[in-house]
Amino acid sequence: MNVTRGFTGRPRAHRPGLPPGQYDAGDDWPVLSAEVTPDLAPAEWTFRVDGLVAAPRTWDWDEAHALPESAYEGDIHCVTSWSKFGVRFGGVSLDAFLAAVRPDASATHAVAYSHTGYTTNLPLSDLTGGRAWIAWEYDGKPLAAEHGGPARLLVPHLYFWKSAKWIAGLRLLDHDEPGFWEQNGYHARGNPWEEQRYAGD
Amino acid sequence: MTETFTPPTRFAVPGRIAVSNRAAALWQTATLTEIRRETPHAATFRFAVPAWEGHLPGQHLMLRLTADDGYTAQRHYSIASAPDDDGHIELTLDHVDGGEVSGWFHTGAQPGDEVQVRGPLSGFFAWPGDRPALLIGAGSGVVPLMSMVRHHRARGLGVPLRLLVSARGPEELIYAREYGAETTPVFTRSAPEGVPVGRLAARHLAPLLAEEPAGGWEAYVCGSNAFAEHASRLLVRAGQPVDRIRIERFG
Repeated sequence: MNVTRGFTGRPRAHRPGLPPGQYDAGDDWPVLSAEVTPDLAPAEWTFRVDGLVAAPRTWDWDEAHALPESAYEGDIHCVTSWSKFGVRFGGVSLDAFLAAVRPDASATHAVAYSHTGYTTNLPLSDLTGGRAWIAWEYDGKPLAAEHGGPARLLVPHLYFWKSAKWIAGLRLLDHDEPGFWEQNGYHARGNPWEEQRYAGD
Repeated sequence: MTETFTPPTRFAVPGRIAVSNRAAALWQTATLTEIRRETPHAATFRFAVPAWEGHLPGQHLMLRLTADDGYTAQRHYSIASAPDDDGHIELTLDHVDGGEVSGWFHTGAQPGDEVQVRGPLSGFFAWPGDRPALLIGAGSGVVPLMSMVRHHRARGLGVPLRLLVSARGPEELIYAREYGAETTPVFTRSAPEGVPVGRLAARHLAPLLAEEPAGGWEAYVCGSNAFAEHASRLLVRAGQPVDRIRIERFG
Protein backbone atom coordinates (compact mmCIF):
# COMPACT_ATOMS: atom_id res chain seq x y z
CA MET A 1 0.00 0.00 0.00
CA ASN A 2 1.36 3.38 -1.05
CA VAL A 3 0.14 5.71 1.69
CA THR A 4 0.09 9.41 0.75
CA ARG A 5 1.71 11.42 3.56
CA GLY A 6 -0.81 13.63 5.30
CA PHE A 7 -3.83 12.50 3.30
CA THR A 8 -6.85 11.59 5.39
CA GLY A 9 -9.69 12.03 2.89
CA ARG A 10 -13.36 12.60 3.51
CA PRO A 11 -15.13 11.08 6.49
CA ARG A 12 -15.59 7.41 5.64
CA ALA A 13 -19.01 6.89 4.12
CA HIS A 14 -20.38 3.49 5.00
CA ARG A 15 -22.43 3.28 1.86
CA PRO A 16 -22.95 -0.31 0.78
CA GLY A 17 -24.05 1.00 -2.62
CA LEU A 18 -20.77 2.74 -3.37
CA PRO A 19 -18.50 0.71 -5.69
CA PRO A 20 -14.73 0.69 -5.06
CA GLY A 21 -12.89 3.89 -5.97
CA GLN A 22 -16.10 5.93 -6.29
CA TYR A 23 -17.32 8.96 -4.33
CA ASP A 24 -20.83 10.27 -3.77
CA ALA A 25 -21.45 13.27 -6.04
CA GLY A 26 -24.47 14.30 -3.96
CA ASP A 27 -26.77 16.59 -5.91
CA ASP A 28 -24.26 17.14 -8.72
CA TRP A 29 -24.74 15.42 -12.03
CA PRO A 30 -21.61 16.11 -14.08
CA VAL A 31 -21.88 16.18 -17.87
CA LEU A 32 -18.92 14.61 -19.65
CA SER A 33 -20.00 14.02 -23.26
CA ALA A 34 -17.23 14.60 -25.79
CA GLU A 35 -19.38 15.99 -28.58
CA VAL A 36 -21.57 19.01 -29.22
CA THR A 37 -24.95 18.49 -27.53
CA PRO A 38 -27.35 17.87 -30.44
CA ASP A 39 -30.49 19.90 -30.90
CA LEU A 40 -32.80 16.91 -31.32
CA ALA A 41 -36.59 17.30 -30.97
CA PRO A 42 -38.74 14.35 -29.84
CA ALA A 43 -40.46 14.45 -33.26
CA GLU A 44 -37.08 13.83 -34.92
CA TRP A 45 -36.03 11.08 -32.55
CA THR A 46 -36.12 7.46 -33.67
CA PHE A 47 -34.87 4.23 -32.15
CA ARG A 48 -33.98 1.19 -34.26
CA VAL A 49 -33.02 -2.37 -33.35
CA ASP A 50 -31.45 -4.47 -36.10
CA GLY A 51 -28.57 -6.83 -36.83
CA LEU A 52 -29.07 -10.44 -35.73
CA VAL A 53 -32.82 -10.20 -35.17
CA ALA A 54 -35.83 -11.80 -36.90
CA ALA A 55 -37.73 -8.54 -37.42
CA PRO A 56 -35.65 -5.33 -37.49
CA ARG A 57 -37.72 -2.34 -36.52
CA THR A 58 -37.64 1.43 -36.01
CA TRP A 59 -39.81 3.19 -33.43
CA ASP A 60 -40.62 6.86 -33.47
CA TRP A 61 -41.36 8.88 -30.32
CA ASP A 62 -45.08 8.03 -30.15
CA GLU A 63 -44.60 4.36 -31.02
CA ALA A 64 -41.95 3.98 -28.33
CA HIS A 65 -44.21 5.69 -25.80
CA ALA A 66 -47.00 3.23 -26.62
CA LEU A 67 -44.91 0.43 -25.07
CA PRO A 68 -45.43 -0.38 -21.35
CA GLU A 69 -43.87 2.19 -19.04
CA SER A 70 -41.01 1.13 -16.83
CA ALA A 71 -38.98 3.04 -14.25
CA TYR A 72 -35.54 2.73 -12.70
CA GLU A 73 -34.89 3.98 -9.19
CA GLY A 74 -31.40 3.50 -7.89
CA ASP A 75 -27.80 4.57 -8.38
CA ILE A 76 -25.53 5.44 -11.31
CA HIS A 77 -21.73 5.27 -11.49
CA CYS A 78 -19.38 7.23 -13.77
CA VAL A 79 -15.90 5.97 -14.66
CA THR A 80 -14.46 9.37 -13.69
CA SER A 81 -15.26 8.19 -10.13
CA TRP A 82 -18.47 9.95 -9.14
CA SER A 83 -21.60 8.00 -8.23
CA LYS A 84 -25.08 9.43 -7.83
CA PHE A 85 -27.55 7.85 -5.46
CA GLY A 86 -31.31 7.51 -5.66
CA VAL A 87 -31.94 8.73 -9.20
CA ARG A 88 -35.29 8.16 -10.89
CA PHE A 89 -35.59 7.53 -14.62
CA GLY A 90 -38.75 6.79 -16.59
CA GLY A 91 -39.05 5.13 -19.98
CA VAL A 92 -39.47 1.65 -21.39
CA SER A 93 -37.59 -1.54 -20.58
CA LEU A 94 -35.29 -2.64 -23.39
CA ASP A 95 -36.88 -6.08 -23.03
CA ALA A 96 -40.04 -4.66 -24.62
CA PHE A 97 -38.12 -3.51 -27.72
CA LEU A 98 -36.14 -6.75 -27.96
CA ALA A 99 -39.29 -8.87 -27.68
CA ALA A 100 -40.63 -7.13 -30.77
CA VAL A 101 -37.54 -7.78 -32.92
CA ARG A 102 -36.85 -11.35 -31.65
CA PRO A 103 -33.04 -11.65 -31.34
CA ASP A 104 -31.40 -14.63 -33.07
CA ALA A 105 -29.90 -17.28 -30.82
CA SER A 106 -26.51 -16.34 -32.31
CA ALA A 107 -26.65 -12.75 -30.99
CA THR A 108 -24.22 -12.28 -28.09
CA HIS A 109 -23.35 -8.56 -28.13
CA ALA A 110 -24.74 -5.23 -29.21
CA VAL A 111 -23.39 -1.91 -30.37
CA ALA A 112 -25.51 0.99 -29.14
CA TYR A 113 -25.27 4.10 -31.31
CA SER A 114 -26.40 7.67 -30.84
CA HIS A 115 -27.88 10.30 -33.09
CA THR A 116 -24.47 12.00 -32.80
CA GLY A 117 -22.53 8.98 -34.06
CA TYR A 118 -21.31 7.99 -30.57
CA THR A 119 -21.09 4.22 -30.07
CA THR A 120 -20.63 1.83 -27.15
CA ASN A 121 -20.57 -1.97 -27.02
CA LEU A 122 -22.32 -4.25 -24.53
CA PRO A 123 -22.88 -7.95 -23.99
CA LEU A 124 -26.51 -8.69 -24.87
CA SER A 125 -26.92 -10.25 -21.44
CA ASP A 126 -26.39 -6.80 -19.89
CA LEU A 127 -29.29 -5.41 -21.90
CA THR A 128 -31.92 -8.02 -20.99
CA GLY A 129 -33.73 -9.22 -17.89
CA GLY A 130 -35.01 -5.82 -16.71
CA ARG A 131 -31.56 -4.24 -16.36
CA ALA A 132 -31.65 -1.78 -19.28
CA TRP A 133 -34.06 0.93 -20.44
CA ILE A 134 -34.69 3.57 -23.05
CA ALA A 135 -35.20 6.53 -20.70
CA TRP A 136 -36.82 9.88 -21.48
CA GLU A 137 -37.73 11.14 -18.04
CA TYR A 138 -35.56 12.12 -15.11
CA ASP A 139 -37.17 12.86 -11.77
CA GLY A 140 -40.56 13.01 -13.47
CA LYS A 141 -39.50 15.59 -16.06
CA PRO A 142 -38.29 15.33 -19.67
CA LEU A 143 -34.64 14.31 -19.80
CA ALA A 144 -32.45 17.38 -20.47
CA ALA A 145 -30.53 17.49 -23.76
CA GLU A 146 -27.13 17.63 -22.04
CA HIS A 147 -28.00 14.41 -20.19
CA GLY A 148 -29.05 12.65 -23.39
CA GLY A 149 -32.60 13.90 -23.99
CA PRO A 150 -34.93 13.39 -25.66
CA ALA A 151 -33.97 9.75 -24.90
CA ARG A 152 -30.92 7.81 -23.77
CA LEU A 153 -29.96 4.24 -23.15
CA LEU A 154 -29.84 3.43 -19.43
CA VAL A 155 -27.74 0.51 -18.18
CA PRO A 156 -27.19 1.54 -14.57
CA HIS A 157 -25.32 -1.56 -13.41
CA LEU A 158 -22.39 -0.61 -15.71
CA TYR A 159 -20.26 2.57 -15.79
CA PHE A 160 -22.36 5.32 -17.27
CA TRP A 161 -20.49 5.76 -20.58
CA LYS A 162 -22.36 2.56 -21.59
CA SER A 163 -25.68 4.42 -21.19
CA ALA A 164 -25.45 6.13 -24.60
CA LYS A 165 -27.03 9.59 -24.74
CA TRP A 166 -29.33 10.55 -27.65
CA ILE A 167 -29.82 6.85 -28.35
CA ALA A 168 -30.59 6.03 -31.99
CA GLY A 169 -30.31 2.28 -32.12
CA LEU A 170 -28.89 -1.09 -31.20
CA ARG A 171 -27.21 -3.45 -33.63
CA LEU A 172 -27.08 -7.05 -32.42
CA LEU A 173 -23.91 -8.98 -33.28
CA ASP A 174 -22.38 -12.42 -32.73
CA HIS A 175 -19.12 -10.81 -31.53
CA ASP A 176 -17.91 -7.87 -29.46
CA GLU A 177 -17.07 -4.69 -31.37
CA PRO A 178 -15.42 -1.84 -29.41
CA GLY A 179 -17.31 1.45 -29.32
CA PHE A 180 -16.08 5.03 -29.00
CA TRP A 181 -14.50 5.03 -25.54
CA GLU A 182 -13.63 1.35 -25.78
CA GLN A 183 -11.42 2.21 -28.79
CA ASN A 184 -9.93 4.95 -26.63
CA GLY A 185 -8.65 2.55 -23.98
CA TYR A 186 -11.75 2.00 -21.85
CA HIS A 187 -12.89 -1.42 -20.67
CA ALA A 188 -15.08 -3.61 -22.90
CA ARG A 189 -17.67 -4.27 -20.16
CA GLY A 190 -17.27 -1.57 -17.49
CA ASN A 191 -18.59 -3.26 -14.34
CA PRO A 192 -18.12 -0.71 -11.52
CA TRP A 193 -18.13 -3.42 -8.82
CA GLU A 194 -15.03 -4.96 -10.40
CA GLU A 195 -13.56 -1.51 -11.22
CA GLN A 196 -13.37 -2.31 -14.93
CA ARG A 197 -12.37 1.22 -15.94
CA TYR A 198 -9.70 0.66 -18.57
CA ALA A 199 -8.75 -2.17 -20.89
CA GLY A 200 -6.79 -4.68 -18.81
CA ASP A 201 -8.57 -3.91 -15.51
CA MET B 1 -39.45 -1.22 -46.11
CA THR B 2 -35.93 0.10 -46.52
CA GLU B 3 -34.40 1.65 -43.45
CA THR B 4 -30.88 2.90 -43.40
CA PHE B 5 -29.88 4.94 -40.42
CA THR B 6 -28.14 8.23 -41.10
CA PRO B 7 -27.34 10.29 -38.03
CA PRO B 8 -28.39 13.93 -38.46
CA THR B 9 -25.03 14.99 -37.07
CA ARG B 10 -21.66 13.31 -36.73
CA PHE B 11 -18.99 14.13 -34.25
CA ALA B 12 -15.30 13.54 -34.24
CA VAL B 13 -15.06 9.77 -34.26
CA PRO B 14 -12.57 8.19 -33.79
CA GLY B 15 -9.90 9.41 -31.40
CA ARG B 16 -6.80 11.04 -32.78
CA ILE B 17 -4.33 8.40 -31.70
CA ALA B 18 -4.07 4.80 -30.68
CA VAL B 19 -3.77 4.51 -26.91
CA SER B 20 -1.57 2.23 -24.89
CA ASN B 21 -3.67 -0.16 -22.85
CA ARG B 22 -0.59 -1.19 -20.93
CA ALA B 23 0.11 2.34 -19.70
CA ALA B 24 -3.53 2.81 -18.73
CA ALA B 25 -3.53 -0.39 -16.69
CA LEU B 26 -0.43 0.32 -14.64
CA TRP B 27 -0.31 2.39 -11.44
CA GLN B 28 3.04 4.16 -11.03
CA THR B 29 4.54 6.26 -8.28
CA ALA B 30 4.84 9.97 -9.05
CA THR B 31 7.10 12.01 -6.76
CA LEU B 32 6.25 15.67 -6.29
CA THR B 33 9.32 17.77 -7.10
CA GLU B 34 8.04 21.35 -7.32
CA ILE B 35 4.96 23.47 -6.60
CA ARG B 36 4.42 26.74 -8.49
CA ARG B 37 1.59 29.12 -7.75
CA GLU B 38 -0.26 30.22 -10.89
CA THR B 39 -3.20 32.22 -9.50
CA PRO B 40 -4.80 32.66 -6.06
CA HIS B 41 -6.80 29.45 -6.72
CA ALA B 42 -4.55 27.36 -8.96
CA ALA B 43 -1.07 25.92 -8.67
CA THR B 44 1.14 23.73 -10.82
CA PHE B 45 2.50 20.48 -9.38
CA ARG B 46 5.53 18.94 -11.05
CA PHE B 47 6.23 15.22 -10.64
CA ALA B 48 9.05 12.85 -11.42
CA VAL B 49 7.59 9.70 -13.00
CA PRO B 50 10.69 7.82 -14.13
CA ALA B 51 8.80 5.14 -16.08
CA TRP B 52 6.34 7.56 -17.72
CA GLU B 53 6.02 6.31 -21.26
CA GLY B 54 5.12 9.71 -22.70
CA HIS B 55 1.88 11.38 -23.66
CA LEU B 56 0.44 13.63 -26.30
CA PRO B 57 -0.90 17.11 -25.56
CA GLY B 58 -4.54 16.94 -24.46
CA GLN B 59 -4.35 13.57 -22.72
CA HIS B 60 -5.19 13.07 -19.06
CA LEU B 61 -4.29 10.67 -16.27
CA MET B 62 -5.89 9.20 -13.20
CA LEU B 63 -4.33 10.18 -9.89
CA ARG B 64 -4.84 8.34 -6.59
CA LEU B 65 -4.20 9.31 -2.99
CA THR B 66 -4.21 6.69 -0.23
CA ALA B 67 -4.89 7.28 3.46
CA ASP B 68 -3.17 5.15 6.10
CA ASP B 69 -6.33 3.07 6.64
CA GLY B 70 -6.32 2.13 2.96
CA TYR B 71 -9.02 4.61 1.91
CA THR B 72 -8.32 5.94 -1.57
CA ALA B 73 -9.55 8.89 -3.60
CA GLN B 74 -8.91 9.12 -7.33
CA ARG B 75 -9.55 11.80 -9.92
CA HIS B 76 -8.92 12.44 -13.60
CA TYR B 77 -6.59 15.36 -14.33
CA SER B 78 -5.42 16.82 -17.62
CA ILE B 79 -1.68 16.96 -18.19
CA ALA B 80 -0.32 20.50 -18.47
CA SER B 81 3.22 19.85 -19.61
CA ALA B 82 4.38 19.26 -23.16
CA PRO B 83 5.26 15.64 -23.91
CA ASP B 84 8.97 16.20 -24.52
CA ASP B 85 9.87 16.45 -20.86
CA ASP B 86 11.82 13.35 -20.03
CA GLY B 87 10.38 11.55 -17.00
CA HIS B 88 8.48 14.55 -15.64
CA ILE B 89 4.87 15.65 -15.92
CA GLU B 90 3.02 18.69 -14.62
CA LEU B 91 -0.57 19.11 -13.48
CA THR B 92 -2.27 22.42 -12.74
CA LEU B 93 -5.02 22.05 -10.18
CA ASP B 94 -7.72 24.40 -9.00
CA HIS B 95 -8.32 24.39 -5.27
CA VAL B 96 -11.87 23.04 -5.39
CA ASP B 97 -14.07 24.07 -2.47
CA GLY B 98 -14.21 21.01 -0.20
CA GLY B 99 -12.23 18.94 -2.72
CA GLU B 100 -10.50 16.10 -0.90
CA VAL B 101 -7.82 15.56 -3.54
CA SER B 102 -7.23 19.16 -4.65
CA GLY B 103 -7.50 20.17 -0.98
CA TRP B 104 -4.61 17.88 -0.06
CA PHE B 105 -2.53 19.26 -2.92
CA HIS B 106 -3.17 22.89 -2.00
CA THR B 107 -2.84 22.64 1.76
CA GLY B 108 -0.71 19.60 2.57
CA ALA B 109 1.46 18.56 -0.34
CA GLN B 110 5.23 19.10 -0.22
CA PRO B 111 8.06 18.23 -2.56
CA GLY B 112 9.08 14.63 -1.92
CA ASP B 113 5.50 13.42 -1.41
CA GLU B 114 4.45 10.40 -3.44
CA VAL B 115 1.15 9.78 -5.18
CA GLN B 116 0.02 7.13 -7.67
CA VAL B 117 -0.83 7.79 -11.31
CA ARG B 118 -1.97 5.72 -14.27
CA GLY B 119 -1.96 6.89 -17.83
CA PRO B 120 -1.82 8.64 -20.17
CA LEU B 121 -5.51 8.01 -20.87
CA SER B 122 -7.76 8.50 -23.87
CA GLY B 123 -6.86 9.55 -27.38
CA PHE B 124 -9.99 11.55 -28.11
CA PHE B 125 -8.81 14.97 -26.95
CA ALA B 126 -5.19 14.41 -27.97
CA TRP B 127 -3.50 16.72 -30.46
CA PRO B 128 -0.52 15.13 -32.19
CA GLY B 129 0.52 18.50 -33.68
CA ASP B 130 -0.64 17.61 -37.15
CA ARG B 131 -3.83 19.60 -37.81
CA PRO B 132 -4.43 23.35 -37.40
CA ALA B 133 -5.73 23.74 -33.85
CA LEU B 134 -8.29 26.23 -32.57
CA LEU B 135 -8.20 26.00 -28.77
CA ILE B 136 -10.91 27.44 -26.54
CA GLY B 137 -10.72 27.11 -22.78
CA ALA B 138 -12.00 28.67 -19.59
CA GLY B 139 -10.53 28.65 -16.11
CA SER B 140 -8.51 25.49 -15.48
CA GLY B 141 -9.92 24.22 -18.80
CA VAL B 142 -6.88 25.85 -20.34
CA VAL B 143 -4.63 23.14 -18.84
CA PRO B 144 -4.75 20.50 -21.62
CA LEU B 145 -4.74 23.30 -24.21
CA MET B 146 -1.55 24.73 -22.68
CA SER B 147 0.09 21.37 -23.21
CA MET B 148 -0.70 21.86 -26.91
CA VAL B 149 0.63 25.45 -26.96
CA ARG B 150 3.84 24.35 -25.24
CA HIS B 151 4.25 21.40 -27.61
CA HIS B 152 3.71 23.70 -30.61
CA ARG B 153 6.43 26.02 -29.32
CA ALA B 154 8.88 23.40 -28.16
CA ARG B 155 8.80 21.65 -31.51
CA GLY B 156 8.67 24.85 -33.57
CA LEU B 157 5.62 23.49 -35.39
CA GLY B 158 4.47 25.44 -38.42
CA VAL B 159 0.86 24.27 -38.29
CA PRO B 160 -1.44 27.15 -37.22
CA LEU B 161 -2.55 27.22 -33.58
CA ARG B 162 -4.71 29.80 -31.80
CA LEU B 163 -5.88 29.93 -28.19
CA LEU B 164 -8.90 31.76 -26.79
CA VAL B 165 -8.75 31.61 -23.00
CA SER B 166 -11.47 32.91 -20.71
CA ALA B 167 -10.81 33.98 -17.11
CA ARG B 168 -12.68 36.07 -14.57
CA GLY B 169 -9.89 38.61 -14.43
CA PRO B 170 -6.16 39.04 -15.08
CA GLU B 171 -5.26 37.70 -11.62
CA GLU B 172 -7.22 34.50 -12.34
CA LEU B 173 -5.60 33.89 -15.74
CA ILE B 174 -3.53 30.72 -15.46
CA TYR B 175 -0.16 30.78 -17.31
CA ALA B 176 -0.58 34.54 -17.91
CA ARG B 177 3.15 35.14 -18.38
CA GLU B 178 3.53 32.38 -20.95
CA TYR B 179 1.07 33.50 -23.62
CA GLY B 180 2.27 34.91 -26.93
CA ALA B 181 0.75 36.15 -30.15
CA GLU B 182 -1.24 32.90 -30.53
CA THR B 183 -3.42 33.74 -27.52
CA THR B 184 -6.39 36.03 -26.98
CA PRO B 185 -7.56 36.28 -23.35
CA VAL B 186 -11.24 36.98 -22.66
CA PHE B 187 -12.03 38.54 -19.26
CA THR B 188 -15.53 38.05 -17.84
CA ARG B 189 -15.49 40.16 -14.64
CA SER B 190 -12.54 42.53 -14.68
CA ALA B 191 -9.93 43.39 -17.28
CA PRO B 192 -6.83 45.51 -17.64
CA GLU B 193 -7.29 49.15 -18.71
CA GLY B 194 -8.58 49.34 -22.27
CA VAL B 195 -9.60 45.67 -22.53
CA PRO B 196 -13.34 44.98 -22.74
CA VAL B 197 -15.11 42.87 -20.11
CA GLY B 198 -17.58 40.21 -21.24
CA ARG B 199 -18.02 36.53 -21.85
CA LEU B 200 -16.78 34.67 -24.92
CA ALA B 201 -18.87 35.75 -27.90
CA ALA B 202 -19.23 35.35 -31.66
CA ARG B 203 -17.01 38.40 -32.19
CA HIS B 204 -14.07 36.54 -30.62
CA LEU B 205 -14.49 33.56 -32.94
CA ALA B 206 -15.25 35.42 -36.17
CA PRO B 207 -11.70 36.60 -36.96
CA LEU B 208 -10.25 33.17 -36.19
CA LEU B 209 -12.74 31.30 -38.35
CA ALA B 210 -12.26 33.93 -41.09
CA GLU B 211 -8.56 33.10 -41.29
CA GLU B 212 -9.33 29.39 -41.53
CA PRO B 213 -6.24 27.50 -42.66
CA ALA B 214 -6.12 24.86 -45.41
CA GLY B 215 -7.91 21.73 -44.22
CA GLY B 216 -9.86 23.70 -41.63
CA TRP B 217 -9.51 24.01 -37.87
CA GLU B 218 -9.70 21.13 -35.42
CA ALA B 219 -11.45 22.80 -32.47
CA TYR B 220 -10.64 21.73 -28.89
CA VAL B 221 -12.98 23.08 -26.20
CA CYS B 222 -12.27 22.59 -22.50
CA GLY B 223 -13.86 23.92 -19.32
CA SER B 224 -16.96 23.55 -17.18
CA ASN B 225 -20.02 22.01 -18.79
CA ALA B 226 -21.70 25.42 -18.93
CA PHE B 227 -18.71 26.92 -20.72
CA ALA B 228 -18.36 23.93 -23.06
CA GLU B 229 -22.04 24.15 -24.03
CA HIS B 230 -21.72 27.90 -24.65
CA ALA B 231 -18.47 27.72 -26.62
CA SER B 232 -19.48 24.71 -28.72
CA ARG B 233 -22.77 26.38 -29.70
CA LEU B 234 -20.90 29.52 -30.71
CA LEU B 235 -18.55 27.43 -32.84
CA VAL B 236 -21.41 25.61 -34.59
CA ARG B 237 -23.20 28.91 -35.26
CA ALA B 238 -19.99 30.38 -36.65
CA GLY B 239 -19.80 27.55 -39.16
CA GLN B 240 -17.29 25.18 -37.53
CA PRO B 241 -18.25 21.60 -38.59
CA VAL B 242 -19.70 19.67 -35.66
CA ASP B 243 -17.43 16.70 -36.41
CA ARG B 244 -14.38 18.93 -35.96
CA ILE B 245 -15.21 19.96 -32.39
CA ARG B 246 -13.72 17.95 -29.53
CA ILE B 247 -14.96 18.72 -26.03
CA GLU B 248 -13.46 17.94 -22.65
CA ARG B 249 -15.87 18.87 -19.86
CA PHE B 250 -14.64 19.18 -16.31
CA GLY B 251 -17.07 17.74 -13.80
